[in-house]
Amino acid sequence: MFKSVYNWIDERLDITPLWRDVADHEVPEHVNPAHHFSAFVYCFGGLTFFITVIQILSGMFLTMYYVPDIINAYASVDYLQHQVAFGQIVRGMHHFGASLVIVMMFLHTLRVFFTGSYKAPREMNWVVGMLIFFIMLGLGFTGYLLPWDNKAYYATKVGVEIAASVPVLGPYIADFLYGGDIVGAQTLTRFFAIHVFFLPGALIAMLAAHFIMIRRQGISGPL
Amino acid sequence: MAHGHKSNEKVVYVGDSRVKRSNHPNIPPDYTSFPGKSEAFIPNFLLKEWMVGCVVLVGFLVWTIAEPAPLGYPADPTNAAFIPMPDWYFLFLYQFLKYPYVSQDYILLGTLGVPGVMFGALMLAPFLDTGKERRFYRRPIASSLMFLSLIACIYLTIVSWDHYQHTLEANGQIPEHHEREEKAREAAEAGEERPNYTKPAPVASLVDADDPAMEIAKQANCVSCHAADLKGQGSVPALTGIGDRLDKDQLVDVITNGRGGMPQFKDQLSAEEIDQLATWLSKQKVAAE
Repeated sequence: MFKSVYNWIDERLDITPLWRDVADHEVPEHVNPAHHFSAFVYCFGGLTFFITVIQILSGMFLTMYYVPDIINAYASVDYLQHQVAFGQIVRGMHHFGASLVIVMMFLHTLRVFFTGSYKAPREMNWVVGMLIFFIMLGLGFTGYLLPWDNKAYYATKVGVEIAASVPVLGPYIADFLYGGDIVGAQTLTRFFAIHVFFLPGALIAMLAAHFIMIRRQGISGPL
Repeated sequence: MAHGHKSNEKVVYVGDSRVKRSNHPNIPPDYTSFPGKSEAFIPNFLLKEWMVGCVVLVGFLVWTIAEPAPLGYPADPTNAAFIPMPDWYFLFLYQFLKYPYVSQDYILLGTLGVPGVMFGALMLAPFLDTGKERRFYRRPIASSLMFLSLIACIYLTIVSWDHYQHTLEANGQIPEHHEREEKAREAAEAGEERPNYTKPAPVASLVDADDPAMEIAKQANCVSCHAADLKGQGSVPALTGIGDRLDKDQLVDVITNGRGGMPQFKDQLSAEEIDQLATWLSKQKVAAE
């Protein structure tokens, strides 16, 4: 039954090469921790992706309760934390997962750097990886404001003030982030939109580019 | 099949679409591009990965249950005592900007100059470090620069965190999310409901606004500082609801002798008037509504 449905679709869309390409690519011995334990350093990239998936899933569930306005934001997070079933776990995963993504990404970057894997022909993938790094930092910065407690409020205020001190562009950056003159209702909705739509969109595009390039070029060889 | 099975045909389409007819043998490729024991990604390698992933996930879940995500008190833009603190992974930059020559007059160097060069160099690393050699100990310049940056970032982060802890200690504060958690725990142990910070505080209004003491308040110029509705302005506190904070004797003392920015009124008002005013003010309670 399953097989005939698969064959029916495959006959029309020729989907076999798509998943075959993902499934059949080789995992060489020098990156496989089953053969060399020290090869666990090659797992950091995959772990970053794993935590990123957790971030996306937990974030999707958080938006079911979170309300991005200054009156209700804190109350909705409070409700999520204390009243919603498993709310504490989902919020905890999203909160600590944010730190974990940064840690894993940092380790992955160091692995790529110290094994010299960014060298030709993989220069573009390194640049895309750095862009992913900056997008992640942006996600961390914008997500920090959303619970709308004092910590969130003042960290954002200080952060945007630092950005505003950049000459020429500074005031425009501050204006764009604040949506006014202070951290207020507009800032919260902006940060929510950036955190939930703009940056994740950019992130997924960059991740796709990152992975397609890895498949094209293969993993870097043994040292 | 509409097209038959001629192998010399250049491109074979399925039906009239442009999807090429597959003659994929579905045999896994031989893994010869690297020496040694290669294996297929799915399912051989991924199944092992998933086992590790499951253990990590369970550990992560246990962590989130044992350590609830922090939440402080609702944002209060008038709170001047709060010590701002970014998330830990921005601390190195936050601390860096506190040093002279990268702040104040040199802020351009701190926000754009140094971070721009550092992150720019990191981003363009493949174009700066173009040698064929990949082993880090054979690339002394790139590796030592990275080690130095790493040590600097770790040092700045630790100093920043240390500084934050000391400031907290000097101000006798504890982080709000700890305080909030502690209060919730105390309430739970006392069998009470968890304190709710999401309900707006009850707003006090004037009790007995027709009382003759209001006239005294106007004559004595109380209203010029405490506002016409006595709800306070700027740093001058509200007199509505003052009865909750001070009793009559304390009010007499404050009006007679002054306190802080408040002048004394013993010359402008008679003891009788002060008594009348204090009696009226002591009735200004939120609960009296």
